[in-house]
Amino acid sequence: MAIFLQVVLDGLLNGMLYALITVGLSLIWGVMDVINFAHGEFLMVAMYVTYWLGFLMNVDPLISWIASAAFVFILSVIVYKLVISPLIGKPPLSALLATFGLSMLIKNICLNRFSPNFKLLSDTYLGGRVIPMGDLILPLPQLVIAIVSLIVITCIYRFMTRSRTGWAIQATAMDRDAAELMGIDTSKIYALVFGIGGACVGIAGGLLPMYMPVHPEAGSLFSLIAFVCVALGGFGSIVGSLLAAILVGLVEALVGFYVAPIFKYVAVFGLYLIVILIRPKGLFGW
Amino acid sequence: MTDFALEVRDLYAGYEGVPVLHGISFEVKEGEIVAIVGANGAGKTTTLRTVSGLLRPKSGFVKFYGEDVTGLPAHVMVRKGLTYVPEGRRIFGKLSVKENLELGAFKEESGEVVEQRLEWVYSLFPILKERINQKAETMSGGEQQMLAIARGLMSAPKVILLDELSLGLQPSLVEKVLQIVTEIRRYGVTVLLVEQRVLEALEIADKGYVIQSGRVVMSGSSKDLLESEEIKRAYLGM
Repeated sequence: MAIFLQVVLDGLLNGMLYALITVGLSLIWGVMDVINFAHGEFLMVAMYVTYWLGFLMNVDPLISWIASAAFVFILSVIVYKLVISPLIGKPPLSALLATFGLSMLIKNICLNRFSPNFKLLSDTYLGGRVIPMGDLILPLPQLVIAIVSLIVITCIYRFMTRSRTGWAIQATAMDRDAAELMGIDTSKIYALVFGIGGACVGIAGGLLPMYMPVHPEAGSLFSLIAFVCVALGGFGSIVGSLLAAILVGLVEALVGFYVAPIFKYVAVFGLYLIVILIRPKGLFGW
Repeated sequence: MTDFALEVRDLYAGYEGVPVLHGISFEVKEGEIVAIVGANGAGKTTTLRTVSGLLRPKSGFVKFYGEDVTGLPAHVMVRKGLTYVPEGRRIFGKLSVKENLELGAFKEESGEVVEQRLEWVYSLFPILKERINQKAETMSGGEQQMLAIARGLMSAPKVILLDELSLGLQPSLVEKVLQIVTEIRRYGVTVLLVEQRVLEALEIADKGYVIQSGRVVMSGSSKDLLESEEIKRAYLGM
């Protein structure tokens, strides 16, 4: 029983990490109808920022994640202005291919600059620390990420539903022209949403080096999982993608432990296929 | 030259390399109701989309109270006092009637002003007050059209552009909706409307422009236009 609970706990914690990565992607898709294929690379860039701040200047990830998130926010806004904005209103495939190209570019720049080697931040403040709870072990870095994820998602949800700007974002998502006619600067809204989406994944990437090595491919799997969560949760639904991410985390942990580790992604993507076949709009899509 | 609320000269515009407007010119004086009429595909909606800022013109200019506003984005035009009620209503279907109206006054920061405007549009459209919390998409076509006009008025525009108000409405409602237009004018709002229903539109307008294939082919006071033989033959079937 203790082992089962431990596996569920690990799955939940991982699921919360996925949720944080997914929410940005979900937001961008929901508002702009743009699929950002460079999402995983934004995560990887944030990981490098944290890594180098730690390696060169001894800044702990608990602090440097703020810089990582800010860096990716700015990077996202620049990417929006230079790459995405000219393609808005063009066939949807253009923006998709552009972000795909961008992901290649970022990956290869990192490969060229930082080598393909895994880089691990040793002796971070929380690295390797755990809280023993009876038979269970609660890993602190993962716990911190899960809590941050919950806080960030709650903030985004409240921001979207309670603030003026959140309202403007919702209106823009529903009908861009109509929102523009209400006096909403929808280009600014798009830049902001792309930035917020980047910042979310930047926060995750900023904290991840506490327990995960950094390398140019570090974002790829996460971005794939984030796509699954977005589709599974129902495109554009923040709550949906949160729940889908937790589901993915749980399935991955349970199958990984009780069946075999090599089958965990088979289970995750299999689940995705089945859900999409039965409910093409996802679990919580309208 | 600030005689005109709206002055449009030699406007050329179109979509993705397909030219639609070939040099449209017209002007609207403050307090007037001006109708742009013409057949389907003549370029009426394109004209309004260009004037409102949703579409950038290729050439020509738009002046709003004497100020050159050519090519400014729509959200800036709303702030300047020109609001466009688009064809097909484009209301936010998933939102309630009240939320739609509040979005219409988005540029207005003061809650008090928004409340006053709400009272004003409720007095113009009493039906909307009964439907405050109803989801907009569940209302009838006529009610949705009233909501779209009311939402446009929530920005307290100096000039309002109304696009095909009668589209998809039953005849008895057309009369009613167009009646509201004359009421709007009484509050000092200048109206530029576009209609396929030439007779009904000219009946409430002071002045009319007939456009065909992206060009103004005839213009004058509504009275003159209604009496002209060409209009009678081509549009009124007489």
